[in-house]
Amino acid sequence: MLHYLFRRLGSLLATLLVASLVVFLVIEVVPGDPASYMLGMNAQADTVAALRSELGLDQSGPARYLQWISGMLQGDFGQSYTYRTPVADMVADRLWISLPLALYALFLSTVLAFPAGIWAASHRGGVADTTVMGFTQLGIAIPNFWFALLLVMFFAVNLGWFSAGGFAGWESGLFAGLKSLTLPAISLALPQAAILTRVMRSSLLDVLGEDFMRTARAKGLSERQALLRHALRNAMIPVLTIMGLQFSFLIAGAIIIENVFFLPGLGRLIFQSIAQRDLIVVESVVMLLVFAVVMVTFVIDLAYAWVDPRLRQQRR
Amino acid sequence: MKNRFRLPAMLLLATAVSQVYAARTDLTLGMQLEPPNLDPTGGAAAAIDEVVYANIFEGLTRFDANGSVIPALASSWAIENDGARYVFTLHSGVTFHDGAEFTADDVKFSIERAMAEDSTNAQKQLFANIDSVEVIDPLTVAINLQQADGNLLFNLAWGDAIILDPATADEAATSPVGTGPFVFGKWVQGDRVEILRYQDYWGEPAQLDKATFKFISEPTAAYSAILAGDLDAFPNYPAPENLSQLDDDPRYSVVLGSTEGETILAMNNAAAPFDDIRVREAVAHAINREEIIDGAMYGYGTPIGTHFAPHNPAYVDLTGQSDFDPEKSKALLKEAGLEEGLTVSLKLPPPVYARRGGEIIAAQLRDVGITAEIENLEWAQWLEQVFKGKDFNLTIVSHTEPMDIGIYANPEYYFQYDNSELQALMTTLGSETDPDRRLALLQEAQQIIADDYVNAYLFQLARTGVANSKLKGLWPNSPTQANDLTAVYWED
Repeated sequence: MLHYLFRRLGSLLATLLVASLVVFLVIEVVPGDPASYMLGMNAQADTVAALRSELGLDQSGPARYLQWISGMLQGDFGQSYTYRTPVADMVADRLWISLPLALYALFLSTVLAFPAGIWAASHRGGVADTTVMGFTQLGIAIPNFWFALLLVMFFAVNLGWFSAGGFAGWESGLFAGLKSLTLPAISLALPQAAILTRVMRSSLLDVLGEDFMRTARAKGLSERQALLRHALRNAMIPVLTIMGLQFSFLIAGAIIIENVFFLPGLGRLIFQSIAQRDLIVVESVVMLLVFAVVMVTFVIDLAYAWVDPRLRQQRR
Repeated sequence: MKNRFRLPAMLLLATAVSQVYAARTDLTLGMQLEPPNLDPTGGAAAAIDEVVYANIFEGLTRFDANGSVIPALASSWAIENDGARYVFTLHSGVTFHDGAEFTADDVKFSIERAMAEDSTNAQKQLFANIDSVEVIDPLTVAINLQQADGNLLFNLAWGDAIILDPATADEAATSPVGTGPFVFGKWVQGDRVEILRYQDYWGEPAQLDKATFKFISEPTAAYSAILAGDLDAFPNYPAPENLSQLDDDPRYSVVLGSTEGETILAMNNAAAPFDDIRVREAVAHAINREEIIDGAMYGYGTPIGTHFAPHNPAYVDLTGQSDFDPEKSKALLKEAGLEEGLTVSLKLPPPVYARRGGEIIAAQLRDVGITAEIENLEWAQWLEQVFKGKDFNLTIVSHTEPMDIGIYANPEYYFQYDNSELQALMTTLGSETDPDRRLALLQEAQQIIADDYVNAYLFQLARTGVANSKLKGLWPNSPTQANDLTAVYWED
């Protein structure tokens, strides 16, 4: 187990280092100067030069890379060019929305997908299976931003149960906060749930055909007991993989949904920063996301080891 | 210019009436773009002024709702030395929001800060002609100019010329402290800025207790936020396609106004093929303005024939000189030896007027034999390639600064128009203080650039606002980029 853990940690660090280089290089190559962007069309050349030196943009690329990396190692993510506030604070503020939203959406999609997938698999070919599969087709086909707009039109504009968007803020209470994340979480969860249901079903069906399932039933377990005790655990690996990918996506990939509901989340921060050439914010946030994705993968790897004892003993 | 007298009696009455009916005193206002920071002296973004101008910060002079320059922190002024020295008398009893007293020293500090070598003021050219700022006594300050300048009062009205307190100037980007009728409350980045009424305001106090600027970039989201009642107003409403629907709804009123945005199809005058006036004229006659306004702007916009705002008293309607006449275009191209047709680049920045307008223009140009290859750019790329690098043939952009015809006197400006006659005229205009002669000069300048077909002039950008029907006092026009909330109130 320890060996497995260390190997995973090593590849994690290497990934981060390579990623930091790639992120920095890619962003350096993109045309557009943050100082010119901030000062607009009437700015004089000396003004732009003054701002560039104030922002530290007049230093060489490698010098800025080293500064950025050493800063990050000490927990200093730098200061946003345009907002003039520390990047760490900005990211922390946004995470208070993006992280709960991602968890909320993941929770909803799991709650929908697990029973639906199990139900469909255990009634293979039946009405239940066909119905569930039909709905998942629909869930995958409907673009989530369009679905989000429908939700807004119905629940916010017509019924007035929710506001059309925005975030109430956690300071106005857990309920108010969750309420303002509900419609976005549903729109995010629906397509994810559809995918997850299909993966759950097909993975279960694979397992149901295995020899050990026949054995389980032969020793007297009911269909249902066999499914829950033996099949489910064995079918979990592909499901966990998908959940890991989905969660990483949800943290930063919710840009469109964040725009529809005007939520000040992480996705919108990146989007805005790219347009404004707030390079330091883009670099730091992308790095943070790389870190998050790598960490989620790491946790998922550990979860594999938990569901599959063979992985724990593996020594290659 | 005459000072305006305040009417305290009317104000008392208004306050009394509003107390009887207990009208609402809060406001949530939508904006499409979030300001990058809140210091108008340190960035060009329109969104900065849209939050702070006239609400949090004030200058010596300011623009009113119609774009006229009126006194603000300066109560009056005297012009000396044939227009080369302005002596301003300041209002007494003015305090910054942190309690500090406003004096002539703050004026000196703020203007010198904007002029300084390491200044990051986006409109530094406004101060270029200032020689020195002289504190005469705490409530009198003189500005000495290098040469007579009829534009000084206008220049000082810009958001970039607001007065800061030396003690808090450096924090203005994140926690602005000004002298205006509203105090900065808080800023939840990515979401909203809140401002509150300043109790010790020197002038007529604001009627609202609190105003929230909410940032919603997506047009459809703006629409649903208005419908769901999350917003009371969206002064620069980004979805013209559903304006008529909102107009039919008695709960909302649609306010159409003007802006300072001359939207032009700019041509690179220094590079072939548009260094040839015949080719430029051919482009001008190939453009059907009505089709662009209807197709790209849902009919909102006023055709222009020169680089000047139609609502300005000095405006001359020159649209007839570049009317839609494809046959004339083809003839001109033939005369220029381009009857075989030509291919040019058309680089488009992100706003809808450029992206949607660009497609229509490309189609119109194709009809006369000009193939425009569209390239969509982000703003940062546009600034780098087109504005700084001058690497383009055609581009579409709206010039939103008020009275910016002076850009035609700068041969380094991105469309690279170099005409010594116009440059001399602009120099004369700069030192001219007589209003009638200024008017004549401005009209002459409009004629020169129209005669030279410097750019193809499309339309003046309209301001389409949506507000709750009971909300009164918002500016219908935008003579400068601002949402002055001083006089805004709720009816009933």
